[in-house]
Amino acid sequence: MIEVDARGFSCPIPVVKTTQALDGHPGKPVIVLVDSEVARENVSRLARSRGYSVKVEQVLDGYRLQLAPAGK
Amino acid sequence: MAISSRIMIILAGLIFGALGSLLVEWGNPGNMGICVACFYRDIAGALGLHRVGVVQYIRPEIIGFVLGAFISAYGFREFRARGGSSPMVRFFLGAFVMIGALVFLGCPIRALLRLAGGDLNGITAVAGLILGAVIGILFLKQGFNLGRSSATKRANGWIMPVAMLALLLLAIFPPGFIFESEKGPGATHVALWIALLAGLGGGILVQRTRMCMVGGWRDLFLIKNTHLFGGIAGFFVGALLLNLILGHVSWGFEGQPVAHTNHLWNFLGMVLVGLGSVLLGGCPLRQTILSGEGDTDAGITVLGFFAGAAFAHNFLLASTPDGPTDFGQVAVIVGLVFAASVGFLMRDRT
Repeated sequence: MIEVDARGFSCPIPVVKTTQALDGHPGKPVIVLVDSEVARENVSRLARSRGYSVKVEQVLDGYRLQLAPAGK
Repeated sequence: MAISSRIMIILAGLIFGALGSLLVEWGNPGNMGICVACFYRDIAGALGLHRVGVVQYIRPEIIGFVLGAFISAYGFREFRARGGSSPMVRFFLGAFVMIGALVFLGCPIRALLRLAGGDLNGITAVAGLILGAVIGILFLKQGFNLGRSSATKRANGWIMPVAMLALLLLAIFPPGFIFESEKGPGATHVALWIALLAGLGGGILVQRTRMCMVGGWRDLFLIKNTHLFGGIAGFFVGALLLNLILGHVSWGFEGQPVAHTNHLWNFLGMVLVGLGSVLLGGCPLRQTILSGEGDTDAGITVLGFFAGAAFAHNFLLASTPDGPTDFGQVAVIVGLVFAASVGFLMRDRT
């Protein structure tokens, strides 16, 4: 499983790191860890705009976003 | 949900832009209803950090932005005390962003407000801002970041809001050591309570929508996403519409309020603002808002804005309506070299 740990990074680094992970592993699900609402919103928006579904799970120190490519 | 947040940010931009126009109607300087850089510069002057008599006034709008963001962040459970992401670098980037803005004579917000008031020098400024943002994106793509912040004790996040409350007290009950302009832009202002309410409202709007006057351009080019740009577009349209209704539009380059027509240095000053803001993660307004949400790195950046404003006027770096100064031109070059070095040196090696 590909995991991006973007906790602690401020806008727009989580989005940049997620973009690189999606580009590097096309068609694969990606997990992104973030610790702020802004990062959660931005990464979710990016993933949806690229056709991924987003499942948000609240964890102890932020959010765990499961990005899954459409149709998988 | 995506649609509603999209409409929200455009609406917030429209309202905020209209407010920028109305504040001029009610008494703020021309095309300066809201200017985050100019307002920090005025506060720095009021505190005696520089002694240019025409730009000294505690602008309650800034106080309102921070306190509005603080209230909103608390209300929506988004207040998180955090920090530790390259504070020294942020301080100097903040100072140079301020210097770049004062060479142009406006922050990214005022660039839009100037354009919406017919000041065509805003075109070169916005072009510079976009180029600066694009250069910043190149560094982002190379793995640039200022490092992780971490959660810190809650009281750290209260410092900036409490400092703003103290500033408010100084504005309401000014002791002898507070300077207040008797003429010039610093003497041109709306009533304190109007400015404070406008700031509070703006602070809440921007905190909720994450509006950012540099982030909008950045996302447009970096991830081809127009969400944040909606705030910029809304802001410009709102200001332009109100300016047209109120008769505040006068098209041209020459004779514009608190402006000069040196295109090269308007452009380069804003390249520095765009680049510095992308490296910092947001424009001066966004940094101001974040400093109210518990982000102490943004708080340090705000202190950098104050320092930059003081340097800009103590060292004759800030432009005047006659144009940029020699020292100002050197300072912009130094700032560009500093920002580019930061962008280059602070890459993750993978």
